[in-house]
Amino acid sequence: MSRSAPRQGFFDLSRTIAPPSWSRWLIPPAALSIHLAIGQAYAWSVFKPPLESSMHISGKGSALPFQVAIAMLGLSAAFGGTLVERKGPRWAMSVAMACFSSGFLISALGMALSHYWLVVFGYGFVGGIGLGIGYISPVSTLVKWFPDRPGMATGIAIMGFGGGALIASPWSSQMLSSFGTDKGGIAQAFLVHGIVYAVFMSFGALIVRVPAPGWRPAGWDPRQVAEKPLVTTENVAARNALRTPQFWCLWVVLCLNVTAGIGILEKAAPMIRDFFVHTSAPVSASAAAGFVALLSLANMLGRFGWSSFSDVIGRKNIYRFYLGVGALMYLVIALTQDASKLVFIACAVVILSFYGAGFATIPAYLKDLFGTYQVGAIHGRLLTAWSVAGVAGPLIIDGIADAQKSAGKTGPALYTESIYIMIGLLVVGFIANELVRPVHDRHHEPRTDAQEQTPATVGKGE
Amino acid sequence: MAATEHGRTSHLPLIVIAWVWVTLPFLYGVYELVRKVTQLFTG
Repeated sequence: MSRSAPRQGFFDLSRTIAPPSWSRWLIPPAALSIHLAIGQAYAWSVFKPPLESSMHISGKGSALPFQVAIAMLGLSAAFGGTLVERKGPRWAMSVAMACFSSGFLISALGMALSHYWLVVFGYGFVGGIGLGIGYISPVSTLVKWFPDRPGMATGIAIMGFGGGALIASPWSSQMLSSFGTDKGGIAQAFLVHGIVYAVFMSFGALIVRVPAPGWRPAGWDPRQVAEKPLVTTENVAARNALRTPQFWCLWVVLCLNVTAGIGILEKAAPMIRDFFVHTSAPVSASAAAGFVALLSLANMLGRFGWSSFSDVIGRKNIYRFYLGVGALMYLVIALTQDASKLVFIACAVVILSFYGAGFATIPAYLKDLFGTYQVGAIHGRLLTAWSVAGVAGPLIIDGIADAQKSAGKTGPALYTESIYIMIGLLVVGFIANELVRPVHDRHHEPRTDAQEQTPATVGKGE
Repeated sequence: MAATEHGRTSHLPLIVIAWVWVTLPFLYGVYELVRKVTQLFTG
């Protein structure tokens, strides 16, 4: 009796290995179909006012699903990273799609039944798992397909996360206008979100492929990479990466860069109005909304532009730039105060472009230091820095502004102290980046015979 | 996927569809954003 080989399921990693003719330019849109969807999280605020009026809850209550979702993003990225590496991108993208879409469907049910806890559980808990798994799902695959341009590749995907909010914000608003802002209207809007995102994300899971072992882009020689400082051709496992000082230096770099940016982003509209309140041309509410939109654009474009530029000048140099020039921009704001609106806006735009770029460049920095082996899992663990920064940034800016207001201060004086704190944080981040050195050999995975002997499969041209 | 003269599969149509799939909603988002940004200079 012959024994047949076990059937490979559709989601198995082995079923996603690309044939030789596969184009790597199919991988960025696969990644974008996930990140453009899950980026909706940043547009949650659209649902807050209708939720508050229809469910009779406070602002804190309406923020709860978002807060739980962001907490779950950090936890699932940190703890699910190794599983994502083992199961592969199709499995991870499918799980992300199932969780994120189900989150909306459960929330729709919650609104229809007037059970708000179902919205918190659905969007926050279930959807939040989708956010975390989805965020890291394409990273490892992208850096394997683009070993010659990892900054550009991850920049495209992570730009999608910023772009997701740009799509969802007007789209969700229009849907609420059509369906109404009562419970039934919100339930319908959640239902449509769940269905549309399921279809949109499934396309990414269908077309994603991992390169065959030994594959490399046409005309690219790994020896060129090995010649660059700080770039390794070795591999480090996720559990070992946590034991290296390099991981913790990058953790500090990401945390402080995000803290510095999120402080402005979160308070952008009141901040610009407060800054110029005593001038001859104060900023109107609609102009402040335009300022917030401009910062979102800078945040998104910085992710692609600066991250791609890091492929040219190197990761350590680009973070010197983000942290050093970022600190200088804050200093200019502190020194010029309300003297020039143009200078204030330009500095804030640069800071926010570095904020987005810090997120987008970090996977490539991790790949340089730890190799491609478990870069997605390492990235997941590093995202805990984001969670810390998400709490620290607003706490600093809001806390100090409130204290200054209580002390009777107005105008730029509300923010001067927190701006100097941000400069200090960026300087500490700059020093942490300076401390990054190549990872010691003892952390490297042993080279297998297969790795030594596998002939390279050279990809098609661009 | 169309077969080429060398017997290899051309993925060009799929590449075009994939990029259009993600670019269209993205452009919609950017268009809406740019409309808002103009408020900074006119509002």
